[in-house]
Amino acid sequence: MSHDTLIPAHPEPPALPLPFPLVLTRGGLSGFPSPAQDYEGRTLDLNERLVKRAASTFFMTVTGDSMEALGIHAGDLLVIDSAIEPRPGHILVASVEGELVVKRYELIGNRPYLTSGNPSYRPIPAADLECQAWGVVRAVVHEYLV
Amino acid sequence: MIGLIDCNNFYVSCERAFQPRLEGVPVGVLSNNDGCVIARSNELKALGVEMGTPAFELRPLLRQHRIQLLSSNYELYGDMSSRVQQVLEEYSAGVEPYSIDEMFVRFDGFAPEQMLAHAQELFTKVRRYTHIPVSVGIAPTRTLAKLANRAAKKIPIYGGVCVLRPGSAQCEALLQQVSLGDVWGVGRRLVERLGLLGIQSAWDLAQAEPKQIRQRFSVTLERTCLELKGIPCIEMNDSGEARQRIMTSRSFGRLTGNRQEIHQAIRQFAQRSAEKLRTQNSVARAVYVFLKTNCHRPDLPQYSPSTIVELPQPTDDSRDILHAASQAFDAIYRPRYLFMKAGVMLVDLVDANRQQLSLLDTPESRADRERNDRLMATLDKLNGRIGRGTVTFGRPSASAAWHLRCANRTPRWTTHWDELPKVH
Repeated sequence: MSHDTLIPAHPEPPALPLPFPLVLTRGGLSGFPSPAQDYEGRTLDLNERLVKRAASTFFMTVTGDSMEALGIHAGDLLVIDSAIEPRPGHILVASVEGELVVKRYELIGNRPYLTSGNPSYRPIPAADLECQAWGVVRAVVHEYLV
Repeated sequence: MIGLIDCNNFYVSCERAFQPRLEGVPVGVLSNNDGCVIARSNELKALGVEMGTPAFELRPLLRQHRIQLLSSNYELYGDMSSRVQQVLEEYSAGVEPYSIDEMFVRFDGFAPEQMLAHAQELFTKVRRYTHIPVSVGIAPTRTLAKLANRAAKKIPIYGGVCVLRPGSAQCEALLQQVSLGDVWGVGRRLVERLGLLGIQSAWDLAQAEPKQIRQRFSVTLERTCLELKGIPCIEMNDSGEARQRIMTSRSFGRLTGNRQEIHQAIRQFAQRSAEKLRTQNSVARAVYVFLKTNCHRPDLPQYSPSTIVELPQPTDDSRDILHAASQAFDAIYRPRYLFMKAGVMLVDLVDANRQQLSLLDTPESRADRERNDRLMATLDKLNGRIGRGTVTFGRPSASAAWHLRCANRTPRWTTHWDELPKVH
């Protein structure tokens, strides 16, 4: 099946940007003022959606296939927020033996582990002193070759 | 209350944030061009390596893999510094950067027992959010906050946080332990002269009669004396403070978003800072520029950016400093925000006479430097004799490019898409 039958070519690109609700309220006075505020009413900003707290948000690039089973591929961009307290089920970046790795935080038999959903990578016991949470992955950006 | 938040071994901490394997290892950060140590981890300090040690002297240690040396990565440090500042802004009534790794923070309306809890929260939050460990010192005055910070860092029982209240037994005990030379703004010569009067410790100075101190010494020392008693009287831009950094900043008379106007102010501040730099016979390695919107106008969009631009080599040349400041301004200025304040800070100052000759130094560049020195001296003489601002600089051409040597620079982890940390 060719792509043409799956996605019909648009006769012409839409002339207007996508509609969106106008945000006029601010969430209180505290907190980091979104850098997007000044653009309200003009265009959507991915920062506003993915970055909740600029001071604690870091970007990292994924290498390797250890997390493919969980939908995280080599080359993906991780949006990490170090302000979030890690809870079981979170995908997180952790420092393990001096290296930064991306893993899933899980409880196995009540003990914390870092897992990867890939049987060829053994779960890492997270209670280890050499293992520390660095930040919680809030979003994964996977870009396609276009 | 005023807090002084100091990032511990800041440059090294920035590097460690993204390379946990550097934790526990002796790490030094080098200046890019003259190759001497400008920041040290505690482990490197413990090996007896002093600030300013030339890199080549460390070669034996390096060969034995006992230490790690990195080129400075100012872009990273600037970004991490503004992250720390952002978190502090969230937890306080205002932040004034004092240097790239020290910030004065205002706290209003805390009951005594709340203050300590808040300070401890700040201590943990900054570390967790930004990966930069800090020490927190809080007191009613800047001079005491400095001392509190030092105690927080050096005395283990404080665990990184110290709140000082004048009149408390704890405050008295601490002031008695602190020698005069460690008090903010008290230089070596003053220590000797005060010693003759039997004033040995910070506590002795705090007990002195301020009027007498003014008569025998100076208004500056009178202020220090009052501050030690808990009476605030030193503001940010006061002269007479220790000059490890030079800051020129000012609030605009009114809110302005005009690019030319703000740029003009930045250029003025840069020139003024360069003058101050030459007066004290230092050279700077980098230029830090910040803008601030009015945080007391929640109805207006807020944006208080800052950035740092490294100089090609340590310099006191107004033209280089101006250019760097303009570059920094271009990087952070955004239209549609109304700014209230701007400032230029020169950081990582070195004594001009002790400056190591750069490896790139050639006879021509030496001749160049001498010519530049004469130009700057003439400039200062004219401005001194006829009045400040008599001779200033026009706009430099936009084409002057910066070439830096940075053999061992870590990636700019947080500011370049193609240099992001990699995780697997």
